[in-house]
Amino acid sequence: MLVPMSAAPVVDPTSAHGAFTLLWLVIALPALGAVVLLLGGRRLDKFGHLIGTAMAVLSFVVSLILFITLLGRDSADRSVSQHLWTWFSAGHYKVEISLLYDQLSALFLLLITGVGSLIHVYSIGYMEHDERRRRFFGYLNLFVAAMLTLVLAGDYVGVFLGWEGVGLASYLLIGFWQHKTSAAVAAKKAFIVNRVGDIGLSLGAGLMFVTFGSTAFTVVSANAPHASKAALTAIGLLLLLAACGKSAQFPLQSWLLDAMEGPTPVSALIHAATMVTAGVYLIVRSNFIFTNAPDARTGVVIIGCITLMWGAIIGCAKDDIKKTLAGSTMSQIGYMILASGLGVVGYAFAIFHLLTHGFFKANMFLGAGSVMHGMDDDVDMRHYGALRKAMPITFATFAMGYLAIIGFPGFSGFWSKDKIIETALTENWVVGLCALLGAGITGFYMTRLMLMTYFTNKRWEKDVHPHESPKVMTYPLIALAALSVLGGVLLAGNWIVDWLSPVVGVPHESSPPIPSLAISALAVLVVAVGVATAWLLVGAQEVPRVAPEKVSVFTRAARADLYGDAFNEEILMRPGDRLIRDLDTFDRTAVDGFVNGIATSLTAIANRLRLAQTGYVRTYALSMLGGAAIVVLALLVVNL
Amino acid sequence: MSATPFIVLSAILFSIGSIGVLVRRNAIVMFMCVELMLNASNLALITFSRSSGTLDGQIAAFFVMVVAAAEVVVGLAIIMTIFRTRRSASVDDASLLKY
Amino acid sequence: MIAFWILAPVMVVAALGMLFARKAVHAAILLAVVMMSLAVLYVVQDAPFLFAVQIIVYTGAILMLFLFVLMLVGVDSSDSVIETIKGQRLWAIIIGLVFAGTLVLGVAQISVGAVTGLDTANKGGNVPAISQILFTRYVFAFEATSALLITAALGAMVLAHRERLTPKLTQADMAAQRMRDYADHGKHLGPLPPPGVFARHNAVDTPALLPDGTASEASISRVLAARGTVKSVPEMAADVAHMMIDPADEISTDGSEK
Repeated sequence: MLVPMSAAPVVDPTSAHGAFTLLWLVIALPALGAVVLLLGGRRLDKFGHLIGTAMAVLSFVVSLILFITLLGRDSADRSVSQHLWTWFSAGHYKVEISLLYDQLSALFLLLITGVGSLIHVYSIGYMEHDERRRRFFGYLNLFVAAMLTLVLAGDYVGVFLGWEGVGLASYLLIGFWQHKTSAAVAAKKAFIVNRVGDIGLSLGAGLMFVTFGSTAFTVVSANAPHASKAALTAIGLLLLLAACGKSAQFPLQSWLLDAMEGPTPVSALIHAATMVTAGVYLIVRSNFIFTNAPDARTGVVIIGCITLMWGAIIGCAKDDIKKTLAGSTMSQIGYMILASGLGVVGYAFAIFHLLTHGFFKANMFLGAGSVMHGMDDDVDMRHYGALRKAMPITFATFAMGYLAIIGFPGFSGFWSKDKIIETALTENWVVGLCALLGAGITGFYMTRLMLMTYFTNKRWEKDVHPHESPKVMTYPLIALAALSVLGGVLLAGNWIVDWLSPVVGVPHESSPPIPSLAISALAVLVVAVGVATAWLLVGAQEVPRVAPEKVSVFTRAARADLYGDAFNEEILMRPGDRLIRDLDTFDRTAVDGFVNGIATSLTAIANRLRLAQTGYVRTYALSMLGGAAIVVLALLVVNL
Repeated sequence: MSATPFIVLSAILFSIGSIGVLVRRNAIVMFMCVELMLNASNLALITFSRSSGTLDGQIAAFFVMVVAAAEVVVGLAIIMTIFRTRRSASVDDASLLKY
Repeated sequence: MIAFWILAPVMVVAALGMLFARKAVHAAILLAVVMMSLAVLYVVQDAPFLFAVQIIVYTGAILMLFLFVLMLVGVDSSDSVIETIKGQRLWAIIIGLVFAGTLVLGVAQISVGAVTGLDTANKGGNVPAISQILFTRYVFAFEATSALLITAALGAMVLAHRERLTPKLTQADMAAQRMRDYADHGKHLGPLPPPGVFARHNAVDTPALLPDGTASEASISRVLAARGTVKSVPEMAADVAHMMIDPADEISTDGSEK
């Protein structure tokens, strides 16, 4: 190749001064909120939610100030590092608690604190009747702090700290209603599946330490081009495993659907907008690894493709509105992973799609929450229908999100997804076709969701009276809807690509096989086919209240999450179970039997030998004389 | 005067004494048999003394007698104590220390 | 050698006799025979000092001690012939014979070598020679035996000493005990009645008659009662009844006869 793929830029931040010294506040504010809310006790019950929301909003304000300050700098000078303290050191190895603020983390900061603040506000209404609302806001703040640590850390160990923090917060929030067995089980499942991914991150960090002698971004990025291919590929695959766990990518996808047991704002914040995209962040942040490890990138692309189809197919068959959206989330993150696997050309679009997805998916999740709020927490879409009249604002905002996700021209999702499809087609037409097909399926399942919820016939329960949600819930919806519509402006003038290029590298120029306009048209056409199919299959017919039993094999498979859980259970859990049981049996019968057998036989022997102790002196004397006779005999025999 | 007949006599007396210890149940008679065994060994010692031409064997026999005297004193005292408490001089009756 | 051939069979027979003698006294006497014969053999083998010691200490002191203890324990405590431990006698004989056989065979085979004799060693007399060695080479062992003997004597005293477990009864205690017996069992308080007061038969084997004419069991010795030599009560009663019918007659005839 004449033009090699552009070398990954080295992370070389300048130390913070001026406004950037406020950087630590971004994390400290929600962390303080969490501490106050969780330790404050009942006396904070009345206004605890306000503290939590205020902390999130303040954090957003600080992020905004930082962002504006960053905008004012030269593009080459936008990487800032704030060293806080040395966490620990061992020999030459040192782990610093230092924050890295650059173009990438700036965007994440805005997304996390911005969407986070909106969801905090929304939760004030949504959790109004929950007597543990203060605790909920404490957990939310904890999550925000951990997520900010994750994206601001300047060291893989720091990232790991945040990574575990969000895992913990996710566990606490999924299981927030722990009185429901399903919620408790789902929380455990999410936690355990995430552990598998966490092993990837910790091993990856360990391998980095072995290879580079450090886990700091600066050192690793500077030395990555000189490292061996094998080491880079191994690190890349381990990081991919980590991303799979956190971002619910195949084969660690099974926890996300169950995670919908958590309160809906949690689903919107953690399992749509922010935490599940941490995997994408990790890959894009580690671009210096992945750019130099094409084999690992291939793995990333494959995982992305599989998951985007997987999630989309699951989304088609679910009747639970939140699970449909969860499948959609999986699928959309599949797009991001796919884009980030494409290398320098894709990183910016992965982040772009991440941002727009954060807007419209949070919007739709909150919308779904609003619908549930009006429908007495019923999540079954077959019990909805014709809700557009009853909930006009929810419907309108949801529709914005809907148009954005299916990629209706002009909406944010159109721009971001279109760019991914275009890049994918340019790099590899198979992957491109996969992305294109995924877009069509997205159109189908989202239309199905829209139709079943807001159109078609009324199928409500008798005593349900759908009503619009309070303003505290609808205003965040409106804000997010606006962002869903307008998110595309980030691409205006190729802004986001230029903005991120100092972090992820400058892509080489390449033209798609067919003009990009044609690709866009093709994508829209495919989506239109999906929408039309949905209209024919769902909208034009009477939707039954109970899910039909007689369905095709494919529907049944999709309803069963494509047998992901069944696979896990049959291949991982049952054999493990059996192994443990067999080991237990072995331990109890063979090992214990051996030991007890020795004891029993010794006892039996001793019981026999005991009888020799008759108590008669003469018997003992007899045995003594016998011994003497033997000695004399022996002497005689020896002397003969 | 050969030494061998004395030694053989000593061996025979010793064996008889040992069988006596085994078959008699009266503690005093048993004790007498033990004395018989000691005497047999004394005979052997004195015979060896003569055949070797030194008096060390006789000294050893002398010590055996002294020790036997001490042993008899203590042994008989024990027998008496047992008899006083158990009203029996049979060694088979003192068989409580067993399995 | 002549002494040996005469004494050896005697000793073996006496020793075997110890195995079969049922009475412990017989065994002791047989043991004395063996010991005396051994003493003679000591003299024969140039050990006059040990001869004296054997006679004085063994036969004189130790064997007498045996006899004393035998008397204390009871002379008639002879063994029963039945063996109580299963197989003991059989195995004792088998193993003893094996032992004796191998031992005799063994010592008979050993060539002790030419007998040196003690003529040179005993040149200045047996006793001075022995004391010479005893108080030089074996003086430490000699002193140790003295300690042993003292310890043994003390041990024997401790063992033979009978500890008084209950306090000795005083006269007051006995009086109190008598009162308690009377209170609990109605035992007669006063001295026992004397026998033969109503003198038809004035003898210790005749029970006293109570005022109601019945015989008092308490008035005669328990030993006589156990022997059955006491005049039985019905016999007495008949005799008394006879007297009651014709007392003057009886008395006069008795009186005249006596």
